[in-house]
Amino acid sequence: MNLRLSRALGWCVTRSLLAIAVVVTLLPFVWLVASSFKSNEEFFRSTFLPMREGSWSIAWERLSVEAYRRLFAEADFATGLLNSIFLSSVTGVLATLGCAMGGYALAKFNFRGRRFCTILVLAAVLIPGPLLLAPGYQLLYNLGLLDTFAGLILPAIAPAFGVFLFRQAVISGVPTELLEAARIDGAGEYRTFVVVVMPLLRPMIGTFLMITFLGVWNNFIGPQVVLQSADKFPLSVAVAELKRGYYSDYGLQMAGTVVSILPVMVLFLLMQKDFVSGLAAGAVKG
Amino acid sequence: MNRATGTVTARAATAPWVFLAPFLLCFGVFTVYPLVQAVVLSTQTTFGPGATRFVGTNNFEAMLRDPLFWRACSNTLIYTLGSLFVQLPLALGLALLLESPNLRGRSWLRLVLFSPAMVGVVFAAMMFSLIFEKRTGLLNQVLHAILAPVGITWDLDFGWLQQHVMLGLVVASLWMYVGFNMTFFAAALQNVRRDLVEAAIVDGAGPLSRFWNVTVPAIRPVGGFVVLMSVIGSFQLFELPYIMFSSSAGPDNRALTIVMYLYQNGFELGDLGYATAIGWALAVVLVGCAAVQRFLARGEEAGS
Repeated sequence: MNLRLSRALGWCVTRSLLAIAVVVTLLPFVWLVASSFKSNEEFFRSTFLPMREGSWSIAWERLSVEAYRRLFAEADFATGLLNSIFLSSVTGVLATLGCAMGGYALAKFNFRGRRFCTILVLAAVLIPGPLLLAPGYQLLYNLGLLDTFAGLILPAIAPAFGVFLFRQAVISGVPTELLEAARIDGAGEYRTFVVVVMPLLRPMIGTFLMITFLGVWNNFIGPQVVLQSADKFPLSVAVAELKRGYYSDYGLQMAGTVVSILPVMVLFLLMQKDFVSGLAAGAVKG
Repeated sequence: MNRATGTVTARAATAPWVFLAPFLLCFGVFTVYPLVQAVVLSTQTTFGPGATRFVGTNNFEAMLRDPLFWRACSNTLIYTLGSLFVQLPLALGLALLLESPNLRGRSWLRLVLFSPAMVGVVFAAMMFSLIFEKRTGLLNQVLHAILAPVGITWDLDFGWLQQHVMLGLVVASLWMYVGFNMTFFAAALQNVRRDLVEAAIVDGAGPLSRFWNVTVPAIRPVGGFVVLMSVIGSFQLFELPYIMFSSSAGPDNRALTIVMYLYQNGFELGDLGYATAIGWALAVVLVGCAAVQRFLARGEEAGS
């Protein structure tokens, strides 16, 4: 009886703690979306959605999409959205290709300099990004790449940690016998990579595409330093500008944040299985 | 084929280099060269990227005497310790809760708890700057509402953004990263050996003793990794306070962090040299932390 009681108690405690965690996680999202549909006066009157006096029904007529209309009409968020999509997808595709190639070479080829390159990749992970901020900015200035998309994309086409991740993925996922077989069948090195290796790396490619896309989408300090013209700003910088230019316009700021987060969330829900498990697997193996 | 390393020799000797070309080019131009320049720049004073003047070790001497630099260091350290000692135990706790037997909707829960990690720090900062507002902010309203029944009156004018800046930053970081770190602990918990747990139960070990003697040793390697990642991430805190305080260091520099001070010097005042010196200070600390973690991990491997 005692054992059963303590089991039941444990059941209640774990479930309520998990419920609290879920509520704490989701509440800011709910509040964000609700606030984005409220006018400034309404923002001061109600916490979540406006309620009718003395009843439990929602006063829908006091909600509006005005903030979203102004976001696209006045603050030109369509441009920001397009810039973010362009930068994230181009960088994502190029970085995935560059890292897959590099990782494959380090994992499967026997050549002079292999050890040296592997050490380079491992050492590079230790260099903190902020250290390279000022010299990198000076370099882009000298190359004439300030205020261009190329200045953001080129430095990101083959990050060392990606090469490392793909090296691990190739070691564990691409049997050398298969490469040998492809050679006996007369396939060239590049054909082998595209036809044999890439398909075997599919899970890692999905995960890494997602990681890079997200990383670029959420990157603020890079575009903030490199870009100067407002028509080139991605959403991360555009949202921060919103806070500067419309500092007391809560609805507009919230709507801008919703528009910035929503595409990423949808992508996440579509690809979540690969992504979360891929991340965790990388951590355990690394 | 080389059996020992599982590698093949390319028929064309150039093939591996062609595959490595994007990495080597990108790395050489945008990492190695700036790294060398970082040494040069740290001995210079600059006025924007074009005009430089050699000053020797002046930047480092000035930095060590600069009260704002030390302010930035202590703020960053407080944030790092705060997020480490609050965040990681919570993350581990959540991972353990998710392991409870017969839990329905486990993968759904994991997904929900992980979701804040998808939100960029900039966007989270936008949210939290309004969540922390006096009176209208979500946090003060919720605390007021849930503490009222227990007889505590939470001050609706509690100034998260005015007086309790560091507390606010740690609270925001909890929302952003607990679920993220939980994922790593959850993966590590898969390494706990069921037979050892059962043997411990047979031996009459209670839940606490099982946790210390069976679970903790199994998750220790991943734990070390998560601690290191958290320290590295926390030391580079910038966007959260920068956006939250509308491109400033907050009231009385309460939210000034190392990277923010680097940014202010390099890109608001135009002194890339001093900014780089601050960058070196950060690099030394972070590489030191990584070395300590490696050393401890190695000692453990040798010990077991």
